[in-house]
Amino acid sequence: MIDFASLSPTAQALALVGVILVEALVLYGGYGLLERVVAPPLVRRITES
Amino acid sequence: MELFGIALTMLLVFVGFGFMVGVLFGFFGMGGSFLVTPALLVMGYPTTTAVGSGMAFVFGTAVIATLKHRDLGQVDYKLGALMVVGTTAGIELGKMIVEHLEELGLAGGVIGVTYVFMLGGIGLFVSYTALKSDGSDDSGGGGHHEAANDEIDPDDIPDIAKKIQSYNVPPMMTLGGGIRVSLWMILGVAFATGLLSGFLGVGGGFIRMPALFYLIGVPVPIAVGTDLFEIVISGGFGAFTYGLSGGVNLGIVVPLLAGSALGARIGSAATSIVNEDDIKIYFGLMLLGGAVAVAFQQSAGVFEMPILDTVGIILIMLSAMLVSGAVIFSTITELRANARSTAPAAD
Repeated sequence: MIDFASLSPTAQALALVGVILVEALVLYGGYGLLERVVAPPLVRRITES
Repeated sequence: MELFGIALTMLLVFVGFGFMVGVLFGFFGMGGSFLVTPALLVMGYPTTTAVGSGMAFVFGTAVIATLKHRDLGQVDYKLGALMVVGTTAGIELGKMIVEHLEELGLAGGVIGVTYVFMLGGIGLFVSYTALKSDGSDDSGGGGHHEAANDEIDPDDIPDIAKKIQSYNVPPMMTLGGGIRVSLWMILGVAFATGLLSGFLGVGGGFIRMPALFYLIGVPVPIAVGTDLFEIVISGGFGAFTYGLSGGVNLGIVVPLLAGSALGARIGSAATSIVNEDDIKIYFGLMLLGGAVAVAFQQSAGVFEMPILDTVGIILIMLSAMLVSGAVIFSTITELRANARSTAPAAD
């Protein structure tokens, strides 16, 4: 486990940006998979209703 | 019940709010710091945390929205990189002007009035041009699928952009959509938008997106995608800067991002479904709502009536809710209209 408090302020700020970037990429991929599964039936439902 | 040191209900509020901001951000390429920072201030977070966390959230959402626009071929990286250069120089000059005005004791008033006129002026102009061109579009209404490498129809280029493109000052650059424009014109537009952004202390998406369309002639979906790409760079730098002083609270950013990631996918995808004029009308209306809200907030300081500040924030939230709802509604309507128009051909 990395102890962020022991890092320099620059390293902490870089780690913070890295954490946000990783979260964004994971969410992008995760929601992408969800979109592939959910979007086609949802669009079909919208267009057929 | 608490998660990451935040009450579960608060986490759900952040996720829901993030979703709404994500739809707007993906659709317009703007609206992040415009909405999130005032909301966090109202919730009682210190200014540095509100601005820093807002900036970090904008960075994360811009990454997601840019990736989605990239999938749709709506990001012009060359133009985005050139814009970053010009914008950065403009922001620096904008900050210097603010510092000079602060020495004179005029910064608050001048910036507030300029902000209201900028939001209101761009909002009126965008709404007016969108309404004027309404009905003249013979594309059948729905579907707007420009990608960065598609040739742009000359009729879709605004007159001001045609004039700017006509200046043959080498080196000439070829952008997505086959647009040819002088490098100096791109840098000039970027510098001017950066100057306003630095002067007003805002991200500048609401200035840059229309500037890319009206001044350079970039189609709206590509203008949104390229603007978002630029926000990734500026937002990342902003998050780093505020992170250095401990101004970023991950307990706020993580749930906001969880909601906005989904909203940004929907908003970005909607740009390729909803008619371009609808995008412009919504954009204009949101800016007009923002102008009225900022006018209330400025009046709160002048008349020493804090209630006006709250009214302003409620107005911003309401206009954002209305516009994000309208984006989703238009997307559903357009999908149904497209399905109906293609149905006879399939028979």
